[in-house]
Amino acid sequence: DTSLTEVNSCIPSMPISPSSMTNQYKFEDGPELRDLFITVDDPESHITAIETFITYRVVTKTSRGEFDSSEYEVRRRYQDFLWLKSKLEEAHPTLIIPPLPEKFIMKGMVERFSDEFIETRRKALHKFLNRVADHPTLTFNEDFKIFLTAQAWELSSHKKQGPSLLSRMGQTVRAVASSVRGGVKNRPEMFAEMNNYMETFSQKINVLDKIAHRIYKEERDYFNEMKEYGPIHTLWSASEEDIADSLKGVASCIDKCCKATEKRMAGLSENLLPILHEYVLYSEILMGVLKRRDQIQSELDSKVDALASKKTEKDLFSEEIGKLEDKVECANNALKADWDRWKQNMQCDMRSTFTNVAENNLQYYEECLATWESFLASQTVDLHVEEDSEDRP
Amino acid sequence: MEDCLAKKMEITVSEAEKRTGRNAMNMQETYTAYLIETRSVESQSEGQCVPVDSLWRRYSEFELLRNYLSVTYPHIVVPPLPEKRADFVWHKLSADNMDPDFVERRRIGLENFLLRVASHPVLCQDKIFYSFLTQEGGWKEMVNETGFQLKADSRLKALNATFRVKNPDKRFTELKHYSDELQCVISHLLRVRARVADRLYGVYKVHGNYGRVFSEWSAIEKEMGDGLQSAGHHMDVYAASIDDILEEEEHYADQLKEYLFYAEALRAVCRKHELMQYDLEMAAQDLTSKKQQCEELATGTVRTFSLKGMTSKLFGQETPEQREAKIKVLEEQIQEGEEQLKSKNLEGRDFVKSAWADIERFKEQKNHDLKEALISYAVMQISMCKKGIQVWTNAKECFSKM
Repeated sequence: DTSLTEVNSCIPSMPISPSSMTNQYKFEDGPELRDLFITVDDPESHITAIETFITYRVVTKTSRGEFDSSEYEVRRRYQDFLWLKSKLEEAHPTLIIPPLPEKFIMKGMVERFSDEFIETRRKALHKFLNRVADHPTLTFNEDFKIFLTAQAWELSSHKKQGPSLLSRMGQTVRAVASSVRGGVKNRPEMFAEMNNYMETFSQKINVLDKIAHRIYKEERDYFNEMKEYGPIHTLWSASEEDIADSLKGVASCIDKCCKATEKRMAGLSENLLPILHEYVLYSEILMGVLKRRDQIQSELDSKVDALASKKTEKDLFSEEIGKLEDKVECANNALKADWDRWKQNMQCDMRSTFTNVAENNLQYYEECLATWESFLASQTVDLHVEEDSEDRP
Repeated sequence: MEDCLAKKMEITVSEAEKRTGRNAMNMQETYTAYLIETRSVESQSEGQCVPVDSLWRRYSEFELLRNYLSVTYPHIVVPPLPEKRADFVWHKLSADNMDPDFVERRRIGLENFLLRVASHPVLCQDKIFYSFLTQEGGWKEMVNETGFQLKADSRLKALNATFRVKNPDKRFTELKHYSDELQCVISHLLRVRARVADRLYGVYKVHGNYGRVFSEWSAIEKEMGDGLQSAGHHMDVYAASIDDILEEEEHYADQLKEYLFYAEALRAVCRKHELMQYDLEMAAQDLTSKKQQCEELATGTVRTFSLKGMTSKLFGQETPEQREAKIKVLEEQIQEGEEQLKSKNLEGRDFVKSAWADIERFKEQKNHDLKEALISYAVMQISMCKKGIQVWTNAKECFSKM
């Protein structure tokens, strides 16, 4: 899939597998060789009596032993991705599961099945699967493997097993409720810091997302006016003789700058906007993960409190508490490790995205500069020719 | 341009001042006065320190001067004044006549007007113009005493002539079309330019929002903090840079506006030609009909319908003496008419000749000025691109260090 323009590799010296048919995707986890390559493409519309929906082709190439084959091709719809995400959250409540594109986009007023919407969603789904594949723990998740390899009917029957949607929702509700009840009393400082960080980060990333959209809108408005500006000079040149060439030259320069502006806009919408949006979603996910950790801890805390007031059955309680203590320690460690990893990636993503934005702007200005400089050169050549001919007697 | 005033005298409009006074209806008004400074060039070259003469004039006096020149020299493409009210304004610019930026640009425009008149081979020799520059008191009275307002052609007469003239000089017809096209295309260009400027302003200013957010974000980041902070600073620089860029572009717009108004001056010359031509045609027509009348009276045949002819048929013929008297009167009128026609023809030819000479001069000036304006526009764009490259190069470096 060569149409996707991903950010530059964070580790420039990493060799890219020549046999890989996928676009260059940055290596998140250091110099390990990737053994799982996933692409999402080819959206197709399906119309049944009840509904219309889109499926995407998911192609997996792998050299891993636990996969029966080295290549898989399946079709998945958005619902299937939602299922996968909720399974991952269930299995790893304190790991940072990558964001999925939203169900609907309210503000853009984009039609549900417009080409633009589908393409944006496709890219986001592709990103999602690749982020999961790059995650040291999630990549080995069983449901993930089934998602990538099972045929449609196999997946359906597998989905029917396991806890129902309602019970999953219950988990999140309880988590939110416990945080509403006043949060956790003994939240370790590290996680308190994480919470503070996430609150600020979430604010800032949302503002950045808005700013980026504003910039895109302003550039588009500018482009629309510029489109009209060049042709007026051409029109004028039709009623002039001596300055017709200069006018046509200016018209051509303006038109070229106009095209350059279009490229700049495209760069924004392909790169900065999706990344910022992804991190807006990430900030919500992270707040959720922190809450779930808090909830696991509050389970332990309430049991400890209960023990303190109990006189009998102390042994039973101690065993339970021991288990809960392990659970908390596991959750904390998992979150800590994933948090560090997430921060590293975030920095990497931000660095390359904003560098890319700067690069786009540089290219834009350099193109425009070249255009105007060559126009200027052509005009001053004429002037010199005129001056020379005037000097001669 | 051998002996034009501009070569002998340095002319500047160096200052603008807000004044309050009472107008004709004794109501308080605020207006701007402009300081015109003049200095003889010749004595300067001898190494002497020459004092500067100066006087204050307001815009309405400039208008009076220009009206005088237009009426007195109808065959000349008279340089236009800068606009009375701010037009083609984009949102950030004020449309207020008292706005300091507008006043400053108008000061430059008025100076330009005076220099154009002073370098014109015909106009620079005008005494009223000279007094405008040098005589503070009593100038208005002097102008009014020339009685130029009486010489002015009524707009209605001119409009009538435009529609009824039969054989205008083809070159003037073409020139009229050209001036219409020029006016149309320049005003369209200025309107779109104002909208483009507005949008460009929006793009730059919105980037300024990055600065504050980056700064706040950098507070919670350990490794990325410095990069974000310094990048934010560059975004502020970028956002601020548009103000100077667009101010410079406003001068370019003024250069185009001058020629927008020059188109009107061209039209005025064409109108004058049409008027003179129409006058000539009417005089010729009148002469022909008088000659015909004379012939009819002399030979007794009625070839053309005339009320007199009908009434005489109805109420009886006139006496031979009456007829003789009439013929005499007509013959006198015919002679007068023929002389008038001759002089009108001469006038017309002279007008066409001298007007066309000035139009050729104007065309050369226009081509030169507009080409220079386009070049200066390119220079401005280049400067804007270079600034952009610098800012984004700096920003890129900061981002890559995050």
